[in-house]
Amino acid sequence: MTALAIQVQHRVGRAVLDTLAAVGRFAALVVEMGRGLTEVRVWLPRTLDESWNIGVGSFFIVLLISSFAGAVTALQAGYQFTGNIPIYVVGSVVTESVVLELGPVLVGLILAGRIGARYAAELGTMRVTEQIDALESLGRSPASHLLIPRVLACLLMIPILVIFADVMGVASGWFASKQALPVTDADFIYGARVFWRPFDAWYSIIKAFFFAGAIGFVSCYMGYSTKQGAEGVGRSTTGAVVTSSVLILLLDTLLAKLLLSV
Amino acid sequence: MIEITDLAKHFGAQVVLDGVTLSVKEGETMALLGPSGTGKSVLLKTIIGLIRPDRGRVVVDDLDVATLSRKALSRLRGTIGYVFQNGALFDSMNVFENVRLGLTDPDQFKDLDFARSRVADCLALVNLPAETTGKMPSELSGGMRKRVGIARAIAGRPKYVLYDEPTSGLDPVNADIIDALVKRLDTELGVTSIMVTHDVRGAFRTADRVALLTQGRIAAIGTPDDFLASEDPAVRAFLQRDFELSSTSSGGVDR
Ligand SMILES: Nc1ncnc2c1ncn2[C@@H]1O[C@H](COP(=O)(O)OP(=O)(O)O)[C@@H](O)[C@H]1O
Ligand SMILES: [Mg+2]
Repeated sequence: MTALAIQVQHRVGRAVLDTLAAVGRFAALVVEMGRGLTEVRVWLPRTLDESWNIGVGSFFIVLLISSFAGAVTALQAGYQFTGNIPIYVVGSVVTESVVLELGPVLVGLILAGRIGARYAAELGTMRVTEQIDALESLGRSPASHLLIPRVLACLLMIPILVIFADVMGVASGWFASKQALPVTDADFIYGARVFWRPFDAWYSIIKAFFFAGAIGFVSCYMGYSTKQGAEGVGRSTTGAVVTSSVLILLLDTLLAKLLLSV
Repeated sequence: MIEITDLAKHFGAQVVLDGVTLSVKEGETMALLGPSGTGKSVLLKTIIGLIRPDRGRVVVDDLDVATLSRKALSRLRGTIGYVFQNGALFDSMNVFENVRLGLTDPDQFKDLDFARSRVADCLALVNLPAETTGKMPSELSGGMRKRVGIARAIAGRPKYVLYDEPTSGLDPVNADIIDALVKRLDTELGVTSIMVTHDVRGAFRTADRVALLTQGRIAAIGTPDDFLASEDPAVRAFLQRDFELSSTSSGGVDR
């Protein structure tokens, strides 16, 4: 029993140390990126390229996901709210759930898969094929050439994509409720306005911004610190997707607690 | 001048470098021989600060690499060309853009006409046709990638060049061209270089001095003639094996 207890303690201690070391390396990388910010002429054009890539590459999947989310919310709300709940509540439920939760979280999770995996794989491959070493050997900074553009592109484009998702989700929820439920335009608009606060839109964007940070920083860190060949690239890629998805869910909870408590 | 003193590096339980001391004089070409896996690449990477040593010092141009500020280190790296073992080309960029990144002087880098002519010169030096400029690294053979890597390393006219097995995997004709290029950079531009290689004949033809790295240390060092005459068992063992190998492989004979 005691031997087992010691072994468990040992394992836990190791895990804690490993985590602390990883946090330290992550912090060092963030500091490095802060320093790289002075090289505007290097990162600005690359940031624009990356943003364009993310935006164009993810636009349709984001619209697709959000339109289904909006429509399904409307249909389920219509199914649940029978009896003496007024039907205009469908409008409130669709708007609020899409803007507060479904838009940012679904887009965040989808993009954690799309962008997170891509960034981790790109940077991981560059690491194991010594392209990052080569960049440094040429006296150039990986932070300003590779990392800052990717993180900034996430911070810039993901909130924009979430805004599109919110609009699309509400529009498709509206359309679906008109088609399938006894809800008129006036009902839906009334319902949407009753519980609406301008802060709700901000909340959606703030969340998107945090999720973007989680995806950008985590996938760049994971890719950048890849070790051991093709297997290592695979590990960083899944690691980036899983870690940023979990982080998105944690941030989602935390932000709800911090920003929505009355 | 590159001065390496008592350099040590381990990875986990494996001791790779264990007290390497080596000094490369201004304008000299030093060939570094050694069986694979002895840490030749690790040694080269430590020289430009890509790997941090556990112990010991590397001084290049009177600058202690470990103590340099970020700016000073990147300036120093600008004067050192590094040829990676597998080319390490940026695979999202074409050959022209890859070689252009070798222009470490920002003004030269920005001047497109200058860059075009310098890239063309460098590709010609490594015997690549001009059409290569527009190709992506994935469209090139391994040997071509390697030569683009050499072109990139010398594009900024570095004072030092570190070659990590520049001729391995090349056909005999191109290996000869690269050996001749190393020699020419040495004699015409006064480049100081370290060339890691398995090709003992190439090393003896191009290098001013030859060093043998085994078991984490420099086991022997001297001119090619010293080496051939050496009674040192480590040297004999290495040369013996290599000549046996090269006399049975078609690539190694009479180059
Ligand atoms: N980043 C690293 N992490 C762990 N081990 C490494 C690393 N780089 C090199 N090694 C190990 O160091 C030893 C020497 O490698 P290397 O310098 O590449 O040999 P070579 O002399 O063939 O160039 C090898 O056993 C290699 O496994
Ligand atoms: Mg090597």
